[in-house]
Amino acid sequence: MKHIIEEESKYAASAKAFRANVTRDLGNEELRSNFRGAMDYLMDKRKGAFSSEEELEVLREQCKLIKQRCLAKLPHLLEQLEGNLEKNGIKVHWAETITEANEIIAQLIAQKKGKSVVKGKSMVSEETALNDYLEERNVECLESDMGEYIVQLAKEHPSHIIMPAIHQNKKQVAKLFADNIEGFEYSTDVDTLIQQGREVLRNKFCQADVGISGVNFAVAETGTLCLVENEGNGRMCTTIPDLHIAITGIEKVIEHLADVPPLLSLLTRSATGQAISTYFNMINSPRKPGEKDGPQEVHLVLLDNGRSQAFADEELRQTLQCIRCGACMNHCPVYTRIGGHAYGTVYPGPIGKMISPHMLGLEATTNLPTASTLCGACGEVCPVKIPIPKILLRLRQESVKPKSQQPEVMKGQGAGRNNVEALIWKVWAQVHKSPKFYALSMWGLTRFRFLMPKKLGGWTSVRTAPKPAAATLHERINAKQKKAKQEKQSQHGRG
Amino acid sequence: MQQLNTQHLRDYPKKPKQVYLFGTCIVDSFFPDTGMDAIELLEREGIEVIYPQGQSCCGQPAYNSGYKDEAKAVAMSQVKQFPLDIPVVVVSGSCGGMMRHHYLDLLGDDPEINNFCQRVFEFTEFLVHVLRLKPIDQGPKERVALHTSCAARREMGVHITGNKLISQLANVELVIHDYESECCGFGGTFAVKHADISAAMVADKSKHLVATDVVRYVSADHGCMMNINGALDYQKQSLRGEHIASYLLNRIKGNSSKGSL
Repeated sequence: MKHIIEEESKYAASAKAFRANVTRDLGNEELRSNFRGAMDYLMDKRKGAFSSEEELEVLREQCKLIKQRCLAKLPHLLEQLEGNLEKNGIKVHWAETITEANEIIAQLIAQKKGKSVVKGKSMVSEETALNDYLEERNVECLESDMGEYIVQLAKEHPSHIIMPAIHQNKKQVAKLFADNIEGFEYSTDVDTLIQQGREVLRNKFCQADVGISGVNFAVAETGTLCLVENEGNGRMCTTIPDLHIAITGIEKVIEHLADVPPLLSLLTRSATGQAISTYFNMINSPRKPGEKDGPQEVHLVLLDNGRSQAFADEELRQTLQCIRCGACMNHCPVYTRIGGHAYGTVYPGPIGKMISPHMLGLEATTNLPTASTLCGACGEVCPVKIPIPKILLRLRQESVKPKSQQPEVMKGQGAGRNNVEALIWKVWAQVHKSPKFYALSMWGLTRFRFLMPKKLGGWTSVRTAPKPAAATLHERINAKQKKAKQEKQSQHGRG
Repeated sequence: MQQLNTQHLRDYPKKPKQVYLFGTCIVDSFFPDTGMDAIELLEREGIEVIYPQGQSCCGQPAYNSGYKDEAKAVAMSQVKQFPLDIPVVVVSGSCGGMMRHHYLDLLGDDPEINNFCQRVFEFTEFLVHVLRLKPIDQGPKERVALHTSCAARREMGVHITGNKLISQLANVELVIHDYESECCGFGGTFAVKHADISAAMVADKSKHLVATDVVRYVSADHGCMMNINGALDYQKQSLRGEHIASYLLNRIKGNSSKGSL
């Protein structure tokens, strides 16, 4: 597969604006408090979901190995998946780019003369900006996941991959509903809010021509599409309309049905601390003769969108182990501060920093891998043990590599390279690998410490500048040894 | 529930006669007292400390910035400075993690590199697991907080060894601050490249430390302390952090600690 990264992606522009987005959102007190509160809650829930460290560790290791095995056989498993799905009556479509995916879906809808779509939660459809694409073609799309419905009403994008509207508090949601839902009885009680939102959605399910959903696991050996959800909207989308279209990334394929239970158990517990989600759907075929419900047609769109670029490199391939639980963002001190929208990408947080460069190219995303202290909180909780900090380091390397250096592993290689910075590191290396140069530079730093500026860019906007010592540790130890030697000699002389 | 982290679990050697000290570039140029105190503490335990004058920096700044070749050149030059088969004690969890874990990736898994990495110990790790130090506390009664750097915590297990050392001090009460395991926002060049995010993080860290009402917090990393102490100083707070080497030495000698900036 070729790597085509589309110029037209609206996310490329918003990812490029990362720094401005960060400034905007760091200054929003309400947003900051919404994220802090929600992330604290989610971290606590996850902590309570595992009976022991050992159990968690065994499960993480098992799931890592499952995903690595499946990725090692990815091309074969995709073919097997296609064969078994087709055997079950589910039609498979391949999309290399987001535009191809959108075109396929629009055509399927047009063939059925569909006018309205009800959508279950699908981050991959966010990736393709499917709603915008269909609405431009006069197809109405309604998000049926409560969080997705909220962001759709607010004309926003999800700020979290599991909880799309986590950036809003209940007062904000109440106001949004009051402004948008006819006959809404104002309340800030969460249950009342959800009840009223659901009534709107319930009516739409019955009228929609098409249901669109995501996929959490696509099982190759049985041709089964698995969908994890809590609201029942996923089941409604995939059973009521006559046409069901599922869309997912190529990395979601797993080999065996037996791989599902450990992955599912770890997914829900890592995401929301639930032992299991309220609903778990396993879709094997369209409605069979004699069955009373289910769609007449089921289609699966498998999207690449840069994933095969990650797949081609052994280290970066680990990015594709991700099962989209969101634990990395829940535990990320950067995500907690800036929130999900600041990233400007579909996938925010640590997973977004890893996967977005493959989707949008390093030109648009060069600020993302550096926006991490490499604290390791994400890697520590990742259910499939992706070494996230190490992958971010690797992306930094690709970003500052000279543009011409071969082999080109990533689109946009060298986008973060700055010749002045590159020269500084070259000089830095020369100084630090030579004891003589190093001693000289430290001598200069300590002797001329009175020249140390009081202002050091962003550092001193909230901190005072550090002061070099009067003498280095090297010198102090030398002096100490000299003194000890002299004392020894004078003792010797006296003796 | 504590996250199980197996990366720092290892077999420890018997108490050696000699060790190397890796001082780190930050200690060398900004906080040499820490290096001197670490040496004094080790010497009090009957260990000869060798400080190779050719040492400079572990290479982490370049490594974390994506300049792998530059990091590699410096890392290789450091390995050559520590040829004897004795422990290399590092007074920073972050630099220790770099030398113990990342050198293998950076320099390749050859026998010389592997032998070097196996000999690297973070300072508190060395005191607890190799020296089995039981510090006799002669200082006044006080409360203290502990901030472990993220690399120290996740790569070197300092939240266990630092905690153990302080818990053994008879007159010291260890106070756990809110969001204790959360990053202070330093992250090397991150603090410069993404200064506003870093500022938000250090504002929270300093707030949580100040809220404990301790007069002193302790850490095994001067990188974090340069960040947190700099913020505390800017905010005109009296709270300061002190390196655990100096803190322990002062407690053992009965001196009152002073904190470093």
